[in-house]
This record gives sequence, C-alpha cells and structure tokens, in this order.
Amino acid sequence: MKLIYEKSQSGRRASSLPDPDVAPASVPEHLRRVAPPRLPEMAEPEIVRHFTELSTRNFGIDTGFYPLGSCTMKYNPRVNERLVNLPGFRDLHPYQEEDDCQGALELMWRLQEILREVVGLDAVTLQPAAGSQGELTGLTLMRAYFDDRGELEQRREIVIPDTAHGTNPASVTMAGFSLVKVATDSRGNIDVDDLRAKVGPQTAGLMLTNPSTLGLFEENIEEIASIFHDVGALLYYDGANLNAVCGISRPGDMGFDILHFNLHKTFSQPHGGGGPGAGSVAVRDIVEPYLPSPVVARDGDHYRLDYDRPKSIGRVRGFGGPFGVFVRAYAFIRMWGPGLRDMSETAVVNANYLLARLRDAYDLPYDRHCMHEFVLSARGLKKEYGVTALDVAKRLMDHDFHPPTVYFPLVVPEALMIEPTETEARETLDAFCEAMLSIAAEAETDPQVLKGAPHSRPVSRPDEATAAKRLTVRHHFDEE
Amino acid sequence: MSFTSLTPADLDQMLRAIGVGTVGELFADIPATLRFDGDLAVGPALSEAELWAHMSELAAQNVDAGRELSFLGAGIYDHYVPAVIDVVMQRGEFLTAYTPYQPEMSQGVLQAIFEYQTAICELTGMDVSNASGYDGMTVAADACYVAKLATGRDKVVLAETLNPQVRQVVRTFAPGFGMQVVEVPHEGGAVDPAAFGAAAEGAACAIFAQPNFFGVLEDAPALADAAKQAGALAVAHVDLTTLGVLEAPGAYGCDLAIGEGQAAGNPLAYGGPHYGFLAARMALARQLPGRIVGETVDRTGQRAYVLTLQTREQHIRRERATSNITSNQTLLALAGLAYLSWLGPQGLRELGERCLALAEHAKARLGLPPAFAQPTLKEFVVRTGRPAGEVIAACKQRGVHPGYAIGRDYSGLDDCLMVALTEKRTTADIDRLADVLDEVLHGVPA
Amino acid sequence: MSDASYPDGLYYNEEHDWARIEGDTATFGITWYAQDTLGEVVYFSPSAVGSTIARGGEYGELESTKAVSSLVAPLSGEVTEVNEALQGSEATVNDDPYGEGWLVKVRLSDPSEVEQLLDAAAYQAHLESL
Repeated sequence: MKLIYEKSQSGRRASSLPDPDVAPASVPEHLRRVAPPRLPEMAEPEIVRHFTELSTRNFGIDTGFYPLGSCTMKYNPRVNERLVNLPGFRDLHPYQEEDDCQGALELMWRLQEILREVVGLDAVTLQPAAGSQGELTGLTLMRAYFDDRGELEQRREIVIPDTAHGTNPASVTMAGFSLVKVATDSRGNIDVDDLRAKVGPQTAGLMLTNPSTLGLFEENIEEIASIFHDVGALLYYDGANLNAVCGISRPGDMGFDILHFNLHKTFSQPHGGGGPGAGSVAVRDIVEPYLPSPVVARDGDHYRLDYDRPKSIGRVRGFGGPFGVFVRAYAFIRMWGPGLRDMSETAVVNANYLLARLRDAYDLPYDRHCMHEFVLSARGLKKEYGVTALDVAKRLMDHDFHPPTVYFPLVVPEALMIEPTETEARETLDAFCEAMLSIAAEAETDPQVLKGAPHSRPVSRPDEATAAKRLTVRHHFDEE
Repeated sequence: MSFTSLTPADLDQMLRAIGVGTVGELFADIPATLRFDGDLAVGPALSEAELWAHMSELAAQNVDAGRELSFLGAGIYDHYVPAVIDVVMQRGEFLTAYTPYQPEMSQGVLQAIFEYQTAICELTGMDVSNASGYDGMTVAADACYVAKLATGRDKVVLAETLNPQVRQVVRTFAPGFGMQVVEVPHEGGAVDPAAFGAAAEGAACAIFAQPNFFGVLEDAPALADAAKQAGALAVAHVDLTTLGVLEAPGAYGCDLAIGEGQAAGNPLAYGGPHYGFLAARMALARQLPGRIVGETVDRTGQRAYVLTLQTREQHIRRERATSNITSNQTLLALAGLAYLSWLGPQGLRELGERCLALAEHAKARLGLPPAFAQPTLKEFVVRTGRPAGEVIAACKQRGVHPGYAIGRDYSGLDDCLMVALTEKRTTADIDRLADVLDEVLHGVPA
Repeated sequence: MSDASYPDGLYYNEEHDWARIEGDTATFGITWYAQDTLGEVVYFSPSAVGSTIARGGEYGELESTKAVSSLVAPLSGEVTEVNEALQGSEATVNDDPYGEGWLVKVRLSDPSEVEQLLDAAAYQAHLESL
C-alpha cells in the first residue's frame, strides 16, 4: 500500500479557509519559514480513501477477539463516542471561567468519588495521562510523603516482584529510587520469606499488581502489607488488573496506600492504536496532602478546581487531565452501577473457561483457578517440535484472532498471557479454543505451516532486525 | 446496562466445563477478610437513554465555544477542526485497536504513525519523531530526560516565557530525574539570548517557546545558538499551526522540537485528551522516549512497518528504559495527521498568515496599549487599566470572553488580557470585541 | 554459527562471556549460548577505549530487536581496543562469536583472576543446570 506522500500530487488541496478582509501581514524576515513543509497535497475524497484503506489493514476489538493479557481489551461502548462530542464537552476551553464549567467539574468530581469507592481509598487525582504516568505520579507522591517526614535520604528502595510489568521498574528509576526484586513461589505468589529478607528501614515501598500478571490473587497480601507497614513503608497498587476484582475485593482493604487506575483498561476508554488513556491515582488519607494540583472540590452544589494545596507535588499533566477519557469512564461506570461486580465475575468466568479447555494442550505453570487472565507456556511445543509462542501467535492470526500477549511475564518461558474480558460471547471463546487446539495439533503434524504463519495477513513476519539497523523512521522524499 | 453475553445457560455450561458448582468458588483464593460485602455506592445502573439525559444535562451547563464569542487561547486554540478527522477518530479499526505490537495485525496504525512521524519531521526540520507524548507539558519533562541521558548533565534551563504549566510539570518530575531547574526571567515579554546562554552553561538542555506564551515572537535562532554555545541541547517548544510561516527549529540549530499538538486537529475538549509531539536530530534517536515506527520488509520482500528501537522501551529495558511511557496519544496524533493532510502546505501557510493578519487587525481595532513591544503572531497581550478578572466578568455578561488573564501567571500584568485570533474569528467578531471592551472600559454603549 | 560450540582454550563466566588470554592482555566476547538466546544482534555499545572495567562489572551492551544484554567482564583491566568492524555488521557476533565477533581487548590488571573462571567443560556443565 502506498504512503500518503506517494499519493500526493502537486497542486492538489482539500482545505479551504475563510478569507478575512484585512490587510496582510508577515512575520519578521529572520524568523520566516524558507522551505515549505512537504505535507500531502490531496483532495478530501482521496484523503478519506487513504485512511479507510489503512483501517482495512488494522484489527480492533470491533473486528474480533483481542485477548491481550493485562490490556483488558473489552468492548468500547459506542454511546461514549456520542457523549464526548456533545458541544458542552467537546468545545469547552480549559481556561473557561469555572462558573461556566460546572457540568464538566461536576462530572470530574463524581468520577473522583466513584473511583474512591471502587477501590476503598480516600482521595483521587484525575490528572495523570496514562497508567505509566500514574505510576510515576504515585512514586513521586511516595517521595513527597517521606521527604515531609525527613526519611527520604534513608528510604531509597522499591520492592517489585519478578513478574512485574516493565513499566514498574522503569517508573522506579525515573522517580529516583532503586529497585529490589523479590521472587515468586511455585504457587505464583510472592515468596514471603524472600520478601522479609529484603524489606527494612531502607525500603520506601512495594509496587504490586493484584491479581498478578500471572492472573493469580496474591494469597498472602495481608501478611505482605504488614511487613511493609511495620517498617513504615507504603504499598503501591498497579491497577492494570482491576477488572478482576471490582465489587469483590478492594485494594484499599488489602492494605494498599497508593494506586493507579487504567481508565483505558478497566473502564472502557478505547485504546486508539496506542492511546489515549488515563492513569488516575487514588490514595489513603495520609498521602492526600501531596496529590497533584489541582483536584476538583465541591462546596455545596458548586464545583471548583482546588489549587490551594501547599504540600502538593505539583502538576503532572496539563489542566485537570484528559477530560474526554473521564466522560467515557464515568459513563461506563454509570451504566454498570453496582453491577460492576457482575462485570468482574464474568471476566473471571470467561478466563477460567478458556483455561479449563486449553490446559491439557499447553503447559500450565501454576495449577490454580485464575482470575481475569492466565498464563500458558508453549515450552512443551518448543521442546518437542521446535514451535514457539511466537509461532502460535502468528498462526492465530490465520484464524482471525488477535494473538494474546507473548513472552510476558518473564518468569514463564514461551509465555502466552490470555485475557478474554467479560464482553466476549461463549461461541467466541469456543472458536478461540478450537483454534488453539488445532495449532497445538499442527505443531506435531505440520510445524512448517506454523513457522511460516501468518499466511492470510497483508504482511508476514516483518524483519525487525533490518528495521533497527536501517532506522528508516520517516519517508524520504525523492532526493535520490 | 451491561455489555456481556453470558446467559444462565452459558454460565451453567461453562461452570461445568471449569469443574466448579458456583462462580464464588473461582474466588476462593481471596481471604474472607478481604471480601467486599454489599454493593458499590456508585449510583444505580442507568439505561443508555437515562445516561444520555444525565450527561446532556451536565454538558448543557458548560459555556462552550458555540455559546460565547471567545478569544481565549493560552496554548489551546479554537481552530476549525474539519469533519475529515472522523475517518480516523471514529473508525473502529483505529479507535478500538491496541498498541501495534503484532505488526501483521496493525499495518494500518503502524503506517499511519510512520506518516505522522514524517509530517512532524517535515514541520520541525528534525530527523526522527516519536509516535506522540501525553501533551505539550509532559513532553518538556521528556526532553529533559533525553538531555540527561544524552549529555550526562543534570541542569535544566527554562525560559520564563514558556507556558506556566509546562514549567510546573518539569519541576514536578525533575527531582526524581536527579535534575535541577533554573528559570531565565523575561524582559519586556521575551528572553534575552545572552542571559539564556549564560544560564545554559553546564546545562543538559535549555528550553524556549516560539511563539512564547505571551504570543510574542522570540529571537529563536539567537536563543538556540546561545544554548548550543553553552554546550546544552537547544529545545524549541512550538505550535504546529505556525510552522507554515515560522522557520522550522531544525533549520536554526535546535536539537529537539516539542509542543502541544491540540491546535492541529483536536477539539478543545476541556483540556484533553490531546497529543504532545517530540522530534529530534538522528543522533538522539536512541535516547528518545515512546514508540517509534520504522520501515522494513517482510519475509516476502514486501514493504512493512514495525515498532522499532524497542530496546529503549520499558517492556525490554525495564529499569534502564528511556522512559516508562507505554500508552501515549496515538489516536489524537493520527487526527493531527489527517488535519495536516487536509490543510496541505498551502493551507498551513494560509492559516498562519490569516491568523497573523487578523491579530494585527484586532490590535489596531481594539486600540488598547500593548503590554510588549515585540512582534507577535496569533495572540497578543494588551493592557486594560483595570483588574483583568473584572473586565472578563463584565465582557462575559455581554456574551464575549475577551481573553486570558495573563496576570494570574506573571507579575506586573494584572490588568492585562491575552487575546487569541484563529481563522474562525471574523472582522465582525473583532468589531464586537472592540465595542464590548469600549463599553466595559469606557462606558461607551456597545 | 548454527551448532553450539564452546572451544577449549577459552575461559568462561556464568554470564556467558568468554576470555582469550594472550600474556597480559585478553580478548572478550559472548558465547554461542548468549548469541543464540539474544537473537540477531543489531547494536553494540562497548565501554570506551581507556576505561577501566572490573571483573563482574559491565563492559558494554548488545542489543537485538527483542532484548538488551549487559556484557559482564570475566576479568579486570583497561580497555585497549573495541571491535569497530562490528559497526554495520553486528550479526558477525552471531555468525562467529569466538573469532571475528570478538568485542573488546583488555590489558589485564590482575591475571590471577583467571583462576575464578570456568573452562569449556565446566561452562557446559553450567549450561546444563539452567
């Protein structure tokens, strides 16, 4: 398929702009643009065809099953797209006077309250732009908390399990802490003895997802919480897997002090090919003074942005946060109501159903009921037939499924992390199982078909090594 | 209202396949002490119609750009967003897709990002762009981290004429990065290159804005030069919609170009989601945060696109990653690509020229003393002689928002309004603003 | 290199680096196992010539498209040479890890450290245990 630049023809144009009847003006000569940028020159019909053609080469949740573990690829309610386009939301300037933004501020305040309730904590900031930013915000809050107590010099370490998502250690470094890893035991829980040895007065806190990236509930979480609280450290909850426990168990009750939500996972903000998302953060009251500024406050029936926060860590993102994401997350939760518990229960049933049907054909590293996701290993297939998790993933594409997450978590070799979510019908799950079983059978009878997969997509096995060496990261106009 | 398919018959069959009698058994690993009893107090479940009524009522309380003649800018601009961006924003194959880790399933998004990267490089005169950052504020923090990795230094220099929110975000994250922040104050609305250069001695990077937050055109080439003479990376914070008339940062020696993309193809949306952009010289490619799409071939020799240099990123490099960023703002950036394609090079130049012409016309028509002597582009600051908050309130009573109260961020400017002109404003709109201000300030009836 | 090989006459550490000793200098590289696990090498960033490295410390990084591998020094010393020929031909590390795919040369500060390294047989035994 051609690039938009390869379809461009000199002299064509889509836009027309109003032409005001005013005297022309120019910028000072030494600041003036010399060479015009080479943007596409196309009429509107051709632009629409180009993006439409691109979309046919892309797979979304709307297209089919998308069981990426830890991504929670659930259906994105269509009504949300109408809601964000209400003029009162879409065309509202963020510097509009607060009295004229009461509907927007009320929505944000209500969302803060709802999110608090879901996790059982005391205060919320909606500002962080994504889960990773929520993590960095949460760790920066930890810094402020300890700094205020004169303990920051002493507390340099954050403990994370070896199953942690890569963003966790990256965030630890960016926040100026150092990393201590703790092992996972054979049941898929944190090894508590290993943990005890590694926690002390030098510890700032723990970063944990519960259920873990293995899809397993941390059975010793109460004991783990005590180990950290007893030395004056804090617990941070990575909310990526919240879809498993809404209305069933609350991170605040588990002992977590700071957490981030992924509004684009649990609460249906569409992923958009890589964003936008939102990483709102909830905290226990002891951390509340340090929250980013502003937060949304209510006085009677009037809503305002509260900037009067002397101990705040400051601003982490522009304005109050990604408002369009709040509209969708708020709408989603209001449609479910207390039925959020049914959402989580269904997610867990769907995952366990897949697990039950696939556990014999693939290796199951941890023999427990899973929560909303589970991890299989293609280790056996690799050993016997040379077929890897990557080959399984590529062959699933020929069955019109998006592959699950592969090669994560790192503790499981040839990992396949599968999360169906609650919005999949049983027939879809059955079709996925049939595909996975047929692939396991093909590994034995016809491994070359797997090695050469996918056969049905527009491209097959792009060469990533060449991409990294050539580093062609933009179109080069024909200067050749 | 729910979006699940499970019927009681489905559930029954599935529980049997799993080998349990009840759903509760699947949660047996959760200790009884941690089970949440009762219902979450999140309000009753609403049908779609009830939700629509509730949300419409909330939206109706907001005075949006359609209900008031507004000259608010300050980094977020009411340019016209053409309908063509819906072909990106509303197609399910883009809207509901994930990050393109599996390239065979995602050539649409990957190629679109490659095209976006190209557009950003063209506009900014840089060699490599990432697939977007969170917004125009956080990309400044990103640039600081790049500079630290590239130079090993830990001082950051910020022009005071950078958007206040940009400076706030940098200050929030700098301590964790192990970096110190120094600000260079403005003199009469711009930053003196000699002072900028002096501050930049020993710095990792020095960041300025063009146009700056006051709408003033800085001597950007001199600022970039001063930074580089001092051995710091020169970083320009720019507005994509002005790069048809203003020189590209890459053409006057900058190492990084960053900014807020909203003006190019996203609605106001009460602050987001929008997209930040970050582009750099090729030598910095390996220090950049975020996704980068590269071109390659597949096993049949066909051209294909993939995420590349992933070894920078968190999912591989973990605690040594160039950033923790994962989800970024792809969909909004692709809307930006659609917008820039719709504009084309002629349209982009016209956009800049017309905003400038309207702004110059407005300055003359308003007849209020300018706060600063320098040339401006699509936004300018005027003195009213009265507290800005009062002026704004009085104008709003007459259906006009006259502009941003710049005094809330800078000292000595409490009577100032910052007035933004986009191509949506007409000469009649400007007349109305002038008349309303006349009435409010001088008692002359509109 | 398609078949696993661990030449005698080289010394190995547990982190899959080898050292070839020639008097008071040594050449370092990575083993067949390391290059096989890493995948096709696309980027090599060594410690600079003149820098001091300690046994057990890092002497650079190798990247494939999927992974980053820290290079762990088997012995201590000063880097005297890095293999510039790898720039643009990084896959040589995969094809000839013990020959043209060498990474750095080092002037040893304490040649007796070699007693703490594994010979080919011991290294292969170590691989079995993984």
